[in-house]
Amino acid sequence: MFDYNFHWRPVMKNLPDLLEASLLTLQVAVLAMILGILIGLCLALTRLHLKGPLYWFASAWVELARNTPALFQLFFFGFGLGAFGLHLSPYFIVLAGLTFNCAGYLAENFRGGFQAVPETQLRASRSLGMTAWQAYTRVVIPQVFRIVYHPITNQMVWAVLMSSLGMLVGFRELSGETQFFASRTFRIFEYFAVTAIIYYVIVKIILGASRLLATRLFRY
Amino acid sequence: MEPTVSFFSGFTINDLWFLGEAALRTLWISVLSISIGTLLGVVCGWILYEGKLAAALTVAPFLDVFRSVPLIIQLVLFYNFAPIVGLNLDPFASGVVILSIYTAALVANVARGGIEAVGAPMRRAARSLGMTYWQDLRYVVFPIGGRAVFPAWVGVALGVMKDSALVSVLGYVELLKASQILITRTQEPFLILTIAGAFYFALSYPISRYSASLEKRWAQ
Repeated sequence: MFDYNFHWRPVMKNLPDLLEASLLTLQVAVLAMILGILIGLCLALTRLHLKGPLYWFASAWVELARNTPALFQLFFFGFGLGAFGLHLSPYFIVLAGLTFNCAGYLAENFRGGFQAVPETQLRASRSLGMTAWQAYTRVVIPQVFRIVYHPITNQMVWAVLMSSLGMLVGFRELSGETQFFASRTFRIFEYFAVTAIIYYVIVKIILGASRLLATRLFRY
Repeated sequence: MEPTVSFFSGFTINDLWFLGEAALRTLWISVLSISIGTLLGVVCGWILYEGKLAAALTVAPFLDVFRSVPLIIQLVLFYNFAPIVGLNLDPFASGVVILSIYTAALVANVARGGIEAVGAPMRRAARSLGMTYWQDLRYVVFPIGGRAVFPAWVGVALGVMKDSALVSVLGYVELLKASQILITRTQEPFLILTIAGAFYFALSYPISRYSASLEKRWAQ
């Protein structure tokens, strides 16, 4: 049954490279999450409070991000925009695709969060003399943040997993680096097995850190 | 006059047919994997809920791994692992296996939530009416719990449908792979990706809309 020779040595030799590439994975995922949260907030508020072309734009963004495959979105930024002479580097293809996707999903989470905070809270804080900005940043957003904290955590994990699609557009993050080495040495199984373990550990670290942060943030 | 030779032919009506056929293949692999995965997932969810230590210790980590490793890595890993243990699977079969397990890992939590949604008093009432454990599961837990988590299940199913685009890495010609093939031939990435995106959108959007309206109606 097992007439296959496992060669773990080349993988172990390249392990430092893989770990270094996983930093790139984290970097692009964190950056996409930060941008995604900012854009997602704007999209959610636009969809809640505005009408007209801006509302349609935000809705189109959210529906497209949620109803097409992430890989399709990546290809669109990678190859589709090439038709307009806009050639992004692999790093920016992945960043753009991830941001587009995360913003769409987070917008829906934020929308649910905003709808869960009663409107009377806003009115009460306004009548206490707060400006609209103060009311939002000191009363509404903290409550929304609590509601969307777990969805954001999940989205962060999802962003890390999704960045693995970078290998299909030639981005040398963890998966891309793995494929690069695997196709040079033909030890595909060994390389991808080690990469799977690295991804698992990364995800566990993110979930553990977020749980730790949650106990610090939501003590009351 | 020099004859001009064109290496790239334009997009024809036949290519649209080709894309449509590929969309059907996307639908087919998704329906198959979602069906198998849901059955598996419901069983796993039941084991998780019953939570006998041994069962929970075997099922929970297993599902955890499949949720924490990128799907693309799982696909490549399994596709290269199968020949090692003497299985000769074509890309379609490998895709169905991994997508089913991936679905099961996601559905298990949904199913457990569904069982938990049926309150203990109701189940005790069913048992005290003389129902056996299985009758209780079939006639009480399944209809009530199933209704509670149906929208969540639709979300998982749509997610898997979109993630089936990743099977293209193994060489199964589904919608995204087909559009890549056409892009290589016609060099019209924008047009073809737009059509492929429209196909995905047409598959996903009506179902997600219907599920959202159902959720709203049932919440009343």
